[in-house]
Amino acid sequence: MRLHKGKKIGALLLACLLGAGLATAQAGVIKVGAIFAVTGGASFLGGPEARTAEMVVEKVNAAGGINGDTIELIVKDSAGSSEKAISFAKQLIEEEQVLAIIGPSTSGESMKIKQIAEQGKTVLLSCGAAEVIVDPVGPYVFKTPQKDSFAARKIFQDMKRRGISRIAVVAGNTGFGKAGKGQLLKIAPQFGIEVVAAETYDKKSTDLSALVAKLKADSGIEAVVNWSIVPAQAIIAKNIRQAGWQVPLYQSHGFGNIKYVEAAGAAAEGIIFPAGRLLVADSLPDSDPQKELLLEYRDAYQAKFKEAASTFGGHGYDAITILLRAIELAGNDRDKVRDAIEQLKGFPGTGGVFTFSAEDHNGLDIDSFVMLTVKDGTFVLYNGQ
Amino acid sequence: MTPDLFFQYLFAGVTYGAIYAIVAIGFNIIYNTTGIINFAQGEFVMLGGMIAISLHQVMPLPLAITLAVALTMVIGAAIEIIFIRWLQSPSVLRLIIITIGVSILLREAALHIWGESIRSLPYFYGNEISSISLGSVHLSPQVLWVIAACGIMVAGLSLFFKYTPTGREMRACSANRTAAILCGISTRNMVTLSFMLSAGIGAVAGCVMSPITYTQYDSGTGLAIKGFTVAILGGLGNSMAAVAAGILLGIIEAFSVSVVPLAFQDAIAITILLAILFVKPHGLFGSSVAARLKDF
Repeated sequence: MRLHKGKKIGALLLACLLGAGLATAQAGVIKVGAIFAVTGGASFLGGPEARTAEMVVEKVNAAGGINGDTIELIVKDSAGSSEKAISFAKQLIEEEQVLAIIGPSTSGESMKIKQIAEQGKTVLLSCGAAEVIVDPVGPYVFKTPQKDSFAARKIFQDMKRRGISRIAVVAGNTGFGKAGKGQLLKIAPQFGIEVVAAETYDKKSTDLSALVAKLKADSGIEAVVNWSIVPAQAIIAKNIRQAGWQVPLYQSHGFGNIKYVEAAGAAAEGIIFPAGRLLVADSLPDSDPQKELLLEYRDAYQAKFKEAASTFGGHGYDAITILLRAIELAGNDRDKVRDAIEQLKGFPGTGGVFTFSAEDHNGLDIDSFVMLTVKDGTFVLYNGQ
Repeated sequence: MTPDLFFQYLFAGVTYGAIYAIVAIGFNIIYNTTGIINFAQGEFVMLGGMIAISLHQVMPLPLAITLAVALTMVIGAAIEIIFIRWLQSPSVLRLIIITIGVSILLREAALHIWGESIRSLPYFYGNEISSISLGSVHLSPQVLWVIAACGIMVAGLSLFFKYTPTGREMRACSANRTAAILCGISTRNMVTLSFMLSAGIGAVAGCVMSPITYTQYDSGTGLAIKGFTVAILGGLGNSMAAVAAGILLGIIEAFSVSVVPLAFQDAIAITILLAILFVKPHGLFGSSVAARLKDF
């Protein structure tokens, strides 16, 4: 019995020593959480985002960290599931006590953990596209991708310039498609554009030729806008061209991955869509504040991971670099980091030049988008016809 | 509706319909020899397409497709031998659950091998934007390949079942298994053969439709549902009826676009399935007398 007690005390002592050891080892380590859909249906977003964040943190740590502190990035794979995102968010905030969280990848997950971040008073830098993430503004929630409504406005600006006034809108039945269709229908009247047909199709649709036949029969339609992710955004392009219909085809900013152009092949030629400048970094003028950073990120990513850089990885790049900049300015303190992000002005990222304020937690303006088109299987800046 | 639009819908419908019909024929072949529905049929279609796409990177298209069909047939046979052959008089329900398990297994394996990305074979003739004009109706040349593949397979299968000894033995198994055993037919081999045959048919479908619909690790699921609807609609076990039912469903879906929003297209297929199950449970072309003699 005595021996047993002695053992217990010994174990306790040992635990204390270990604890103390851990505590000293952790001095100078800043924990940052990341929730990305590395696998699952949204892995085309989360995969590049997670790889990018890890690459950036590795580089910063190799260069001596931030103000002497090293960054520990804890990446959790939500597989695109809101339930997992919620439990990871709680785990990161309560158990790991991270300074801030970057991600999640999708808008749906971001909306589910917005409240958790607010209650935990932990900065959340979402990579979800939907505007509702930062509207209304939550004090601790920011997002890096450009807003849907800017993409819609950018498309309408181009239509107005070309004198297009009657259009068809088609969208996939995903959260992204529904939100985009809503924005298009809401904003069109402001540009004097009439949406004469608005259709939603199943995200797993394999052939849209009947829909195309229906739209083509209305000779008043001057342009088609499609708002979806793969594979439908390639199928609609093929079906329109196969029907011998030479209508201008606009796509959403979700088209910004060269793989989608490869999927649509010759039918992708001439598709017009809004996107960040990453995809055309080479053709930007040298005076562009983003050019140097875009080229550096793109080349580093492609050299390390042997795959084409996409705008989605860029959202992850923006989230982690904004956070690291804020840590550099404010140190390891949740509230000071929050204030520092809100005060960032003219900070160049891959999505645009970020200028945050108490009212604007996205920090980008409409010019963060440029219009691109597909020419000979590559993305080029679209300069009108 | 103008005649142009009518024919454009009609051809869109025939294209969908031919694809559904090929999947439904695969269901029917296995149903005929085993009395079960093989829910992994859609995965055979996916596998055929995926294997052909991978092989096409190192060999010409016709060879890649031939090899992909052969490989998928081997996989079909392996599935039957590993999961079904050794079971002692299994119940229908147990077999069906096994095929559902196999379909999940194949889907997950495909996810690990090929990842999430969508792939496709190149167009057999022309490219993504080439179209054939029949009057004012525009068609992708690939549509003709799909329709031709469907026609050739149905004709080939009819001849096979009618005139070859193996085909007759398979029909004997479906007509009366006990009698077939008494006649010295190895029913187990016939079941393996039926899995090979339907895997091969699925793989051909997967290859001809890949340029139109793309292939993804989970593209089999949706097809299996449509194919199953068509098999029920035509009357389980009847391949000719499956073709008629498939084209009928395809045409209904295509024309539905002109009256209801596109989002309801799939709902229409399911509504038809339910209506058929209530009103004519043995299918449009099935016989109620024959249906009563079957377990399922």
